[in-house]
Formats: sequence, structure tokens, C-alpha cells
Amino acid sequence: MQQQQDVVIGLEVHVQLTSLKTKLFCSCPSDYRGKPPNTHTCPVCLGLPGSLPVVNKKAIEFAVMAALALNCQVSERAVFFRKNYFYVDMSKNFQISMYDRAGGTPIGRGGYVDIDVDGTRKRVRISRIQLEEDPARLVHLGPIELSPYTLVDYNRAGIALLEIVTEPDLSSPKEARIFLQKLRSILEHCGIFDGSLEGSMRCDANISLAGGARVEIKNITSFKEVERALSFEIARQRELLKRGQQVRRETRHWDEDRRMTFTLRVKEEEHDYRYFPEPDLVPIVITEDFIERVRSMMPELPDHRAERFMREYGLPEYDARVLTSEKALADFFEACVKLYPSPKKVSNWLMTDTMRVLNEYNLDWSSIKMEPEHLAELLKLMDDGVISIKIAKLLIFDVVLKGIPPSKLVEEKGMKRIVDENYLSQLIEKIFREFPKAVQDALKDEKAVHFLVGQVMRHTKGRADPALTNELIRRKLNELQRSS
Amino acid sequence: MASRKLVSLEQTEHLSWLAKVELSEEEKRVFTEQLNRILEFFRKLDEVDTSNVQPTYHVVELTNVFREDEPASPLPQEEALRNAAHKKNGYFVAPKIV
Amino acid sequence: MKRLLELTLFELVDALRRGNVSREDVVDAYLSRIKEVDSKLHAYLAVNEEMRSNSSSEGLLFNAPIAIKDNISTRGLPTTCASKILEGYIPPYDATTVARIKAEGGLIIGKTNMDEFAMGSSTENSAYGPTYNPWNLECVPGGSSGGSAAAVAAREAVASLGSDTGGSVRCPAAFCGVVGVKPTYGLVSRYGLVAYANSLEQIGPITRDVRDAALLLSVICGRDPNDSTSVDPPSKDYLSALVVDVKGLKAGIPKEFFGEGTDPRVAEAVWRAIKLLESHGMEYEEVSFPHLPYSLPAYYIIAMSEASSNLARYDGVRYGFSAFEEGEEWVKVFSKTRALGFGAEVKRRIILGTFALSAGYYDQYYLKALKVRTLIKGDFDCAFKKFDVLLAPTMPLPAFKIGERIEDPLAMYMVDIDTVPINLAGIPAISVPCGFVDGLPVGLQIMAAPFHEHVMFRVAYTYEQCSSYHNLKPPI
Ligand SMILES: [Zn+2]
Repeated sequence: MQQQQDVVIGLEVHVQLTSLKTKLFCSCPSDYRGKPPNTHTCPVCLGLPGSLPVVNKKAIEFAVMAALALNCQVSERAVFFRKNYFYVDMSKNFQISMYDRAGGTPIGRGGYVDIDVDGTRKRVRISRIQLEEDPARLVHLGPIELSPYTLVDYNRAGIALLEIVTEPDLSSPKEARIFLQKLRSILEHCGIFDGSLEGSMRCDANISLAGGARVEIKNITSFKEVERALSFEIARQRELLKRGQQVRRETRHWDEDRRMTFTLRVKEEEHDYRYFPEPDLVPIVITEDFIERVRSMMPELPDHRAERFMREYGLPEYDARVLTSEKALADFFEACVKLYPSPKKVSNWLMTDTMRVLNEYNLDWSSIKMEPEHLAELLKLMDDGVISIKIAKLLIFDVVLKGIPPSKLVEEKGMKRIVDENYLSQLIEKIFREFPKAVQDALKDEKAVHFLVGQVMRHTKGRADPALTNELIRRKLNELQRSS
Repeated sequence: MASRKLVSLEQTEHLSWLAKVELSEEEKRVFTEQLNRILEFFRKLDEVDTSNVQPTYHVVELTNVFREDEPASPLPQEEALRNAAHKKNGYFVAPKIV
Repeated sequence: MKRLLELTLFELVDALRRGNVSREDVVDAYLSRIKEVDSKLHAYLAVNEEMRSNSSSEGLLFNAPIAIKDNISTRGLPTTCASKILEGYIPPYDATTVARIKAEGGLIIGKTNMDEFAMGSSTENSAYGPTYNPWNLECVPGGSSGGSAAAVAAREAVASLGSDTGGSVRCPAAFCGVVGVKPTYGLVSRYGLVAYANSLEQIGPITRDVRDAALLLSVICGRDPNDSTSVDPPSKDYLSALVVDVKGLKAGIPKEFFGEGTDPRVAEAVWRAIKLLESHGMEYEEVSFPHLPYSLPAYYIIAMSEASSNLARYDGVRYGFSAFEEGEEWVKVFSKTRALGFGAEVKRRIILGTFALSAGYYDQYYLKALKVRTLIKGDFDCAFKKFDVLLAPTMPLPAFKIGERIEDPLAMYMVDIDTVPINLAGIPAISVPCGFVDGLPVGLQIMAAPFHEHVMFRVAYTYEQCSSYHNLKPPI
């Protein structure tokens, strides 16, 4: 990774409070994913004339919990504002949001998140957290520029969004990604968010390089994309600066498919949101009691969990941090250790072998089909000598991707370790006949024995018991030695 | 009262852009003239000293009015789409964005 | 027995429940009355012919045909706000007030004409043509609930709902010689009332007498979970407040309501009413409200600012008129839709409201107006420490001629001078007929402290029972 001390990045993250059953201002069910368009709407979220918003109480509770989890000061009084602007995804052509001026206050401010970058702790400051409503989903026919119209689905309109704004404390795309991962893990630990749902975490990024203006990048839809988008943007801006050109202050959109940022022609100077307090809603007073009640419900957060993993399971810090970087992963680890009380071994199998499978298929933890019972079983099968480590490493693909219990795989695929002496002896004799040269070498050179073991493994697809195979080959070689 | 020009024709144009209301040249001219007269009238408020006065957003001082997080049945798709001038496959049809 | 159309709401429900008249009689009588006179008055934008077949429960409004202002959402009935931009819009839901009327057995007879989006004081701003005053067809019925008031005055409905943002119930009630109530802000749910200026407006009854207003208000009032700004009153039983007795009550007479621009004949009629109440034991005293002269600009700034945001949703995508054309870019389509869909006064208020909220002007206009609102409310709070009610004219003049003021927006705004302070302060007020000028009705405005509708009704009822103006009916 190149030095990027001249890069300054700030993020504006939008997180759906996916644990809510209803939208922020109406009682429409929030489980809109995969549902036919415009089946999760009502007069309020369609912006029908005369409809009025009513605040979801749980959303306030969740927002306060998030504020506490991100070490923010919780406001005593929060006020919803109208942010006035027109767009095709808006049902009222204003968004109900919180605001930090004109007498308004967001739910939380002045917090921080500690992230670990290459073994070093770094503090990222959170400037504010607030609640607002998600706009509708737009669908285009083919590429946006060519679409003769826009299709609108209001199922998403009105879903509760938490807006989390950082100070410009990030200095590389990688840090931005790690920050978002950490944020996700914290919110998942709070039980208010499920990052595995598509589009549940989106962000806009502000980025500037020394000598250039600040550029805003919109439409980043996951933490994987944030690294790509920012890397592209840094390269683009560096190139401009290198050529002595100006980096203009502008808003660019990230195109996920084409993997590039582009300018949308907007009248930039025209942004005038005309904020004013939403007259249909009343102020929210957050009492000390309420905060304490939320605090008492707060589950263990990733940093504490990592410390406990080190303390309770004797894990190295690195393992503890990786395992707690995703709630589902940490939960899996703990469930598995209950069944197979060898924490370091479980950790290794999760962090190396399981991750390898996921990386190869470009999946994330949420798409895993393996249950804690499966991994425990796999480890036991090895301990009992039923399968070899090699077989285990093969089997784990089907366990992770399809969720088939390892014992069943062993049965179905006939992958039990071969300990049948007769069978192996016959096989070895056959191999000795096939590779006389190798046998001669093995008689002289200890190292050449590995070739013969390898051949046995090849014929048995790795199932031959290695120790037994070794022993039988040596026995055979000894016989040959004596008889010659 | 000497009439100050509080809004120019260009400002009226800008406001019509912000409010997404297209105005004809004639409307722009008439509106600018009327806007200035009305705003002049609004400026009567300048006479009032409000330096120590809090604004009144709500006359009834309510706080913390909430609803529980319990789902209610949404509108059927046909009902939701019924009033739309243009619709397609269960979607509302809006103009293109670029 | 009086002729069916002459029965008040209270009397009609009583007759229906006793079986003295049938629902068919009532429905036929009213529908044929509408056929007879509405071509001259144009009080209705839509008549609900299906009213005949709708079932109803035997409640407080059993089978009474009630007209609803066209900015109040009615399931299955058009709700256009008298605007072209909502032409053909049929809501999938009932406003809470409409649902409450139906729950008490009331019938929705139709939707009444109004100034487009309630922006006006004469009902001339309707995209579908004006309503005419039943007392004099050359005059306006007042606004913006002109259709609701004209319909009740002309016996085209037994009662109606209007909405009052800056006088829109009381002004037409005064001009048409009927009773109109603007309730305390928060007393009546706004759910389903198409927003013009959220922080100022309330739905209120328009009726032939005070008892009907008390009855209808008791049905529609109270906390609604769908409106965060609604509350329950100490008691919803307004009928029991109706006693002919004002002994010991103190009334304040704010001088500013009788100031320059008030027709002396209107002032005289109101003073006669005050003296009448005095003769029945009410005490009165003149008072001064120092900030009242700032009501109009403060009101219009707040109303227009909120309106500019409320009316942003009319873009033609989800409902109403649309100038959509395939391949046309959204800014163009939205701007065209709104240019063609809104009338001149609505556009003017949207532009002004946009200005008042925009960067650099917010403090000077919107925030300033909200601060002045605090001072005006303070004047009222102060007065209600001393007085039970305040008495004043509802309108500074009787109904004016159609076309007389429509070309001059400021001249039109000026007629709201006596009604807007009430909305700024959020207090309740009622307009009751108290005389005539040139054959046109004059309204007495009775104001009370927040949630003190009982006192307001008591004074109104006493005055009404001791006078006879409510018994007069228009020549039409
Ligand atoms: Zn909804």
C-alpha cells in the first residue's frame, strides 16, 4: 500500500435500521426486499395529500443505542426538519431528516470509533448521527442515460435510515473499508442492523488530495465498493494534479458496474434545502432515564468482545479482532467452541480455511451455509483419524457452501481414511512395479520416498492414512533391500 | 414609502427553478412586481424588536408523540397505483433523470 | 313540523332516529335541492349520488347529509382542493374527521368548492369557477371554505366541514350568515386534511346554529394516533355547555379589531351584539393588543413558507395532473406539470414561501415571523388571564363583489385582518350571525382561551338565543 498521507477522507454513511418491523413514519412493513413493487406502501409513504407522519418509537430507541455504541453525546432534544428538494425518488419532494442548525439537533454527536489498521489503532471521530427516511427505489431501462423514463418503487420509501457522519479522519480507501466493517459489526452487535441485506449500508464519501478541491462521491453501496470507488477517485485526482490540472469541487457518482466515478450534470450552486422544523411532528425529548434504559439493554460490543475472547479463550489479539469484526462470525466462533472446546483450533479453521473458501467464491460471511455443529464435527473427525487434514480441507468447501454435514460428505463421497493394510499393500506393490526407477532412487535417497507416498495418495485421492502408508512403503523397501 | 427592490427578475427566475414552477416571461414580470409589493408589506415586521423572543413552532407544547413498531397492512398494489397518470408493471412511471 | 330542509342537524337526527322522517326522504330532499340551486351557487365540486345506498350506524349524526370541503380526503370520492393539479384524484383513505362522521352514521353528501388549496378569502381562486353568495349572487361567499358555507346557508347540506388556516371557516360563515368554528389548534385531527399551512390550520364545522356546531365538533374532536399534534380536550361534551347564561363572564373587546378599514356598519352590528350580551349579565372592557397590527405579515410569511414545502409533492408521478412525456428530463416535466396544474395565487404563494425559507432570507422572514407569532400569542395569553372571551367582528366588511379584489393580492390579504391572529395564537373562535349590511350578513367573532370551547359556545349560544339572525334564510 502506497503512502497516502496527503489523502483526506470523510464518510457520510446511511444505514437502514433493518431490525425495525415498520417504516420510520408509517406502519408499512419494512420487509420490502424481494417483494413486488409498490406493495409496501400507504398514504404516508406515498406522500398522498393529507397524510401525516408519526414517529416509530423503536427507531428513536435504536438511534440512541447507536449513538451510545459510537460513543456519542446523546441530545436532550431532537427535532425533525424538512429538507426541501425535488427528485424523482421523493414521495413528498422533501425529506424528513434531523438537522444540526436552526435550533435543531441530531440524536447524537461528538463520538468516535476505533479501528485497527495493519496492527495499529486509529480513532475515527463521528461528528453526528441522525434519523431520516429512505427515498424510493428507481429502476431504469438499460443504462440511465438511455432510459426514456424512470420506474419508481415506493416500497423502500420511508424506511428508517441512520445517517452517520465522520470527521475527515480517514487517510486511505483501506481505512474507509475497515471503518465501515467496524461500524457494521458495532451496529450488528447492537441488534439494530443486518449488514447482509442488500443495500442496507450505503455511503457518500468526501475526498480531497493535497492541492485539490473536495470531491463528493455518491452512490457507494457497500463497504467493498468504498475501497474501489475511493481508489479510483484517488488515481483520477492524482493524474489530474500530476498533469497540472485542477481538481474541481464537485459531486460525482460511483458507477458500480463500470467501476468509475462520473459527474452528473447538476446545478451545484443551486442546492438550497430550505430546512425548517417539520410542523407535523413534535420535538423528541430524550431523558437521562431513557438513555440509561437503552444503555442497560446494550449488548456486548465488538471491542469488549475481542477483549473477552483474548481473556476467556486465550486467543491472540489478531484472532480476537478478526473474529469480532463481524457479529455472525463471532457468534459462530463461540457456538463452535461450546461444542469443540479448542478455541485456537476453531479460530484457525475459521480465519484461514473458511475464509479461503469465501474469498475464492467472493462471498461474505453472511452467505455461509456452515453451522457451528458442522465445523465441530469436522474437527472431531480429524481428531478421531477418520479423515486426514487434507480431506478436511477439501470437505470444507461443501460444508461452507452447501451446509452438508461433514460426516454425511465422508459417507457419500467415500472419503473415509484408508487404513486397510491389505488394500494399501497391494496398491504399493502396483506402484513399485510402475515406477522401478523411483524405487531404486528411494533405496538410496530418503527423500525419494515422498514420491512413492505421493503416488499412493494420488491413487486414493488423499484418503490413504499417511502414517500407515509411510510405514508400509518403508517395510516394502526394507524387504527389497534385504532380498537384494 | 420609497419602494426598495427586494427581488429582481433573475431572483424570481431562480425561485421558480427552486420551486419547480415554470413561469412565462409575462408571469416573471408580473410576479416580480407583485413579490416586491408583498415583501415590502412583510417588512413591516422589521419594526418589531424580537431580539429576546423565541420563535413559536408549535402552539401546543407536545413532546414525544410516538407509535409502536407494529406493522399494519399496506395498500394493495392496484390501490397504490390507481391515481397514477402513468404506470408500468406495478411501477410508477416518472420522467428520466439524465 | 318544519319543512325537512329547514331542520337543523340536531333536529334532523332526532327526527330520523324517531322515524319521523326516513333516510330516503332526507336524501331525496337534499339531492333535489342541490339540483335546484347548485347551478346558480356552484357550492359543490362533486355530489355523492351513492349516498343513498351506503349503510350507516345509528349514531349522533344518523343519516344526516354532511358536505365536506374538497381539501379533506374522502375515500372513493374525488378530492381536488379545487385545483387542476389534483383533477381526478380519488383518495384511498378517509380523513379522520370523515371517518368519525361516518362512524356516527353521518352521510357524505358531496365535496364543496373552495379557493385552490385553501389559498384565498373569496372562493374565486377555484380552478373550477367561483361559488356565489346565496344572499346575493353578485357577491363572493367568502373563503376559502366558500362552498361549505354557501351549501349550509342555501340548505344544500344540513352541515359541513371546512378548514380554517387564517379564517377560511369563519370568513365564509360570516359572509353567508351561518355559524363557523375554528377549534383550538390540536383539538381536531388534521389527518386527511390536505396541508396548506400545517402549524396554523384546523378543520371546523359550519352549521346553521350554535347547537349544531357544538354537536359536530364533539363528533370530530379528540386525539388521533395518526396526527402527532392532536390532543384530547378536557371534555368532548360541548352540548352541555349550551346554556343561556353569561352572567359573571368577562369579555375583552380588542380595539385593534375595530380599526381602520373596518366598515362602521359592521362595527355597529358587533357593538349591538356586545350590548345585548351585556344586558344579559356579561361584563366587558376594551383592551389593546400591541402586536396585532403585525398579524397579517407574520401569518402570510408562515403560511406561504409551509405551503411552499407542502405543495412540493404535486409533481404528477403518483397522482393528479402530469405533463409527462417520454424522453423528457425530470426537471422540465416537473416544472411544466406544476406550471400547468397550479393557479396564479398558488404559484405566487409557493414562490414567496420559497423565498422566505431560502438561504440568506430565513432569519429575516420565516424566523422573524415565528418570533412575532410568539409576541402575538403572548398578547392573547395575557388577555385570557383577565377575560373569558374576546369579542370582535369576524370580517371587517360584508361580502364584496365577485371580481372586486381578485386582481390585487394584497387587497385580498387585507380582509383576513381579524381572523389570522386567532390562527397564529392557536385559540378557538366562532363566528355567529349578528346583523346585516346591505342585505348581507355580518359575523360576530367570539374567541376563547385554548381548549375553552365550552365558554365560547356558551356565549355564542346565549347571543344566538337572544337574537334571531340565525333564523333568517337567504332568498335563493
Ligand atoms: Zn407507509
